[in-house]
Amino acid sequence: MAEFLWIRGGRIIDPSRGADETADLVIRDGRLTAEAPPTGCPVLDARGLWVLPGLIDLHCHLRDPGQEWKEDIASGTRAAARGGYTAVATMPNTEPAVDTPALVEYQLARAAAVGGSRVLSVGAITVGRQGRELAPMGQLRAAGAVAVSDDGAGVEQAVVMWRALRYAASFGLPVLEHCEDRSLSRGGAMHRGAVSTRLGLPGIPAEAEEVAVARDLVLAEATGAHLHVAHVSTARAVELIRRAKARGVRVTCEVTPHHLTLTDEAVARSRYDPDTKVNPPLRTEEDVAALRAALADGTIDAVATDHAPHGPEEKRCEYEAAAFGISGLETALGVLLTTLVQPGLLAPAALVERLTCGPARVLGHPGGTLAAGAAADVVLVDPRASWRVEPEAFASRGRNTPFKGWNLTGRVVATLVAGKAVWQLG
Amino acid sequence: MKGRDLLDLADLGADELETVLEAAASMEDVLARRIKKVPTLRGRSLVTLFFEPSTRTRISFELAGKYLSADVVGVNAAAASVQKGESLEDTARTLEAMGVDAVVLRHRAAGAAELLARCLEVPVINAGDGMHAHPTQGLLDLYTVRRRKGELRGLKVAIIGDLEHSRVARSDLIGLTRLGAQVWVAGPATLLPPGLEGLGARVAATVEEALREADVVMALRLQRERQQQGLIPGGEEYARCFGLNRQRLALAKPDALFLHPMPLNRGVEVTSEVADGAQAVLFDQVRAGVAVRMAVLYLLLGGGN
Ligand SMILES: [Zn+2]
Ligand SMILES: [Zn+2]
Repeated sequence: MAEFLWIRGGRIIDPSRGADETADLVIRDGRLTAEAPPTGCPVLDARGLWVLPGLIDLHCHLRDPGQEWKEDIASGTRAAARGGYTAVATMPNTEPAVDTPALVEYQLARAAAVGGSRVLSVGAITVGRQGRELAPMGQLRAAGAVAVSDDGAGVEQAVVMWRALRYAASFGLPVLEHCEDRSLSRGGAMHRGAVSTRLGLPGIPAEAEEVAVARDLVLAEATGAHLHVAHVSTARAVELIRRAKARGVRVTCEVTPHHLTLTDEAVARSRYDPDTKVNPPLRTEEDVAALRAALADGTIDAVATDHAPHGPEEKRCEYEAAAFGISGLETALGVLLTTLVQPGLLAPAALVERLTCGPARVLGHPGGTLAAGAAADVVLVDPRASWRVEPEAFASRGRNTPFKGWNLTGRVVATLVAGKAVWQLG
Repeated sequence: MKGRDLLDLADLGADELETVLEAAASMEDVLARRIKKVPTLRGRSLVTLFFEPSTRTRISFELAGKYLSADVVGVNAAAASVQKGESLEDTARTLEAMGVDAVVLRHRAAGAAELLARCLEVPVINAGDGMHAHPTQGLLDLYTVRRRKGELRGLKVAIIGDLEHSRVARSDLIGLTRLGAQVWVAGPATLLPPGLEGLGARVAATVEEALREADVVMALRLQRERQQQGLIPGGEEYARCFGLNRQRLALAKPDALFLHPMPLNRGVEVTSEVADGAQAVLFDQVRAGVAVRMAVLYLLLGGGN
């Protein structure tokens, strides 16, 4: 007997098909179907709600294996489900780094056992993320890796990046690059500018990112490989990418919710709260404006959380000693709806595109759509529901968020993976 | 100001700065006595917590406390590097449990005093946090200049040197501009941080421009490690291009004061001729340091009641 679910009367926003309409959605055996629901079919009343393809996060840190006090696949996928994410790509800067097929298999098996949001495994670019020898990308891909990255750090040597791009391309793997020239950023704790000067904190100049982006764009253009720039954060970096795209370079990029909404003033306003410490650092007003414009005009392909959970001992200390990172899976959608969509700065469909088919396209992932036949990865959102960010209530072990105490409008009501609810607002 | 912290001069209004400077003037009278002891803070306890060695500032604070009859305990917690803050938080709780009335903190991390103040009910006095602030040094410089020049309003002050790494320069800038002085800064381009204008500074294109017709000239200490870090070519180059010598000082007004936060690197940021010359007020600064710290302790601990 087939199992049906009828999601009735919601506003379906599915940019993969250009759909934005009030309609029903029918799920049969975990897949979306064009069939009519049979009589007696269970109904999910979605009137007043948005019905979206499940969100896809192409950049998060689930910390598993090796740093389970920060997060593990169970807590991380629970956090993802609450945030409306049906699939998350986890970065390989674990302990050990995900540089062998066995570790990819471990992550995928663990995710399957937990049974929440889907986990997409990102393998390392280099062995141990040491920036020297190439990781066995062919085998990583065969084990299920969707991309490669040494995130947490950039690939320092141009020659390694040059080879990595060519080698990864031969297996159809995008290279997700954390663009940072360490010779420029080393020792820094926040964006270098008027605020770091005022606070006396060592700065990370915008150039640290821009120099690396420029180098990698040259290499991507020369090799024809797919370069994906992670967490772009400066106006000049995004402009470099815009021009490269116009020339036809195979480059995509992502931006985080925090870089779209906060500036370095947050460090001052919070009086050195380490929850504002993140890499790349929160930049300036001009950078935020440029990122928003690039998100709207499509230069930026996706919003990714760069969810980086940490334990309290890594954040309850002096700013300079604290770890970089923001726990972002559970606040991303609410923050974006509240700061970009509600004030009319970004159309709902554009935001949904950057959270669903945009990242799916980057990773070559089949999700991010509500087309008939696709897996029924669906998220229901109440665009009017207000809620307060209370980190203590997070499913994530990482409570490190600069959005704590914010009142957000727009809340995930239910998250379905293959037609099954992995999260439902109680 | 009773019960408050002193973390950054930016937290004080012009009137509050004046209050401290006036209190410091009375304290200087105490320092002039043969028996330098007033019972103002009798029965109150003060801990100086230095995670970074600084004999000068520590002695200045400890003497200030003792002259006011407070019980003073010095803790030398000098740490090799910025350590995880749990220790700072734990230390704070321990001190509080022991019933201390105020804590003076020197730490190499910017914001450390802020962090400590968040954990403590009693006043925290920042004796220098990383490159961020050194409010009592700022106050003693204000005091020194005001005592010699009468008023700060309208004075041209030139601060020369490593602005990037100087918490003294930051606190001086805030305090001086708040009281109406015009502050010009100059130094090697690699040691000028961005956005100094945001702290009230006018950034001069050359040392000479900053010095011209100045009423007050301050040279900042140049740490030797700046050369190893590749920020400047070397000490000799620095002395020639940015150091305060007699010829450069002559660009300022004839009665210009020369200040330096000490210790001196003779022959680098300043020649001995200038440092020991008639315009130098380095020992006024040291004396003002004790008076200003007495004033701060008095005001924050509410010794007046
Ligand atoms: Zn990164
Ligand atoms: Zn990351």
